[in-house]
Amino acid sequence: MMRRALRMRDRAVGVVAPAVLIVACALAWEAVARYGNFPPKLVPDLPTIAGAFLRLLESGTLAAATGATLARLGAGFALAAAFGVSVGVLMGRYPFVEDTLLPIVSFLYPIPGIAYAPLFVMWFGLGDLPSILLVGVSASFTIIINAWKGVRAVRPIWLRSAHMMGANERTIFTKVILPAALPYVLTGLRLGLASAWRILVAVEMLMSVQQGLGWLIFGSQQFLNTDVMLATIAVIGAIGMLLEKQLFERIERYTLVRWGMMTA
Amino acid sequence: MAERIEVEHVSYEYMTDQRSVLAVRDVSFTVEPSEFLCVLGPSGCGKTTIMNMLAGFMDPTEGEIRIGGHRQDGRSIGRGVVFQDFAQLFPWRSARRNVEFGLEVRGVSKAERHDLAMRFLKLVRLEDFAESYPHQLSGGMQQRVAIARALAYNPGVLLMDEPFAALDAMTRDEMQRQLADIWQQTRKTIVYITHNVAEAVYLADKVLVMAAHPGSVRAEIRLDIQRPRDPLSDAFVEAQREILSHLNHRPSEPEPGRAPPPIATTRRSTASVTQSNPEGGIP
Repeated sequence: MMRRALRMRDRAVGVVAPAVLIVACALAWEAVARYGNFPPKLVPDLPTIAGAFLRLLESGTLAAATGATLARLGAGFALAAAFGVSVGVLMGRYPFVEDTLLPIVSFLYPIPGIAYAPLFVMWFGLGDLPSILLVGVSASFTIIINAWKGVRAVRPIWLRSAHMMGANERTIFTKVILPAALPYVLTGLRLGLASAWRILVAVEMLMSVQQGLGWLIFGSQQFLNTDVMLATIAVIGAIGMLLEKQLFERIERYTLVRWGMMTA
Repeated sequence: MAERIEVEHVSYEYMTDQRSVLAVRDVSFTVEPSEFLCVLGPSGCGKTTIMNMLAGFMDPTEGEIRIGGHRQDGRSIGRGVVFQDFAQLFPWRSARRNVEFGLEVRGVSKAERHDLAMRFLKLVRLEDFAESYPHQLSGGMQQRVAIARALAYNPGVLLMDEPFAALDAMTRDEMQRQLADIWQQTRKTIVYITHNVAEAVYLADKVLVMAAHPGSVRAEIRLDIQRPRDPLSDAFVEAQREILSHLNHRPSEPEPGRAPPPIATTRRSTASVTQSNPEGGIP
């Protein structure tokens, strides 16, 4: 009973503490907006931001922008995931591939994706294609590095056991190496998606796309619509958090946590 | 299906820093079909090297190993292996799916795989834990799943590398009893590596006593003690004494085998707690 009460208390603290902090931040913002000596056009108060959010929601602008951005994210991330996992796994599995690619990967990894933006504009023009490619490039390297490390971290005893039971190279690959490398691969995908999300918003501002959350923020600047900008920024944060919680935490609970390869 | 193992004049040499080390020197022995052989020796006696060569992970630098008449190489699949490390099971598969792995590889149908896996889980008394994942099982249970997994695809020989060494003494006694049962039910040819004298005497038909540096056979001792074996019986104690005398044999020692290392005495006393001994006699 005692322990259960304690656990419930912990859970309550886990909900209450962040809520208190959020309310405090909101109140501080509100105080600055109302009583600070700033033009309301630049620092709108919370009801104004909420109003902007509702207007965006009602007019369908937000849905359209979110849809466009998510479509680009999906395409770019799918590209990065397919490419990154394949290359990383091959590097982890075959020393020849590792020796050949590791110097190149290590060189390209620290270059921020956004640095390629002007180049991609010249190569591919403006619009969706360079945006998607840039997202793909930026997300790829984290995914490669993690998949590579994941395959390297596969316990030799699993390979030996599989080999002993007569598994051929292909079976070992699909039934041992891939599941065994999953903890790292998932980490890579998760980091990759986060960096894809971050860069996409920036890319949309540079690539003159026709629609999207980044475009919405960028476009609002010209009309001094700070309320729209702030509402959109909040939406970007919320979507990123949802992707993390709903997608990756679910996958992890279903796989790694269930298998005891990770604690919840 | 049980096969004969023939090891003929096998040596294994490896290189370290421009120096060659002879890990195993001229080892020969035969294990008859359905025979239980224990390879016993101190660390450095090359027992794990012998195991790796039997399993086909390494090739002897000299000599030949034949299993069921076929020369052993890395491609043979007619043997099951149980390692000491609990981590040998695939954590992403339930106990049953672990046992099914070797059957999947052979293209056995899903229904048949399921039945076979359940049969072998029953053999190791884990049918109630079929859908548990390895991390939900104790060390002893994990090793039993590993045994079921190694037996499920019906290999001709079963190789066991100190499978119970990392378990506590009580669990180990229970595991040894179960293994003796499993062996009598399946009649596999078993090679069992151990450094524990009482364990070897409890399990083996034949004990290969090894010496270290380089690994070589010091004695081959046949045990004709009635099964199930009673660790308190005169024959059992006498067999331990004989093996210890070979293990401890050094020219300087006046009475070889008179002072068994503590591991043997502890083992005997724990075994006496659990082993049924209707006579109640203490030798």
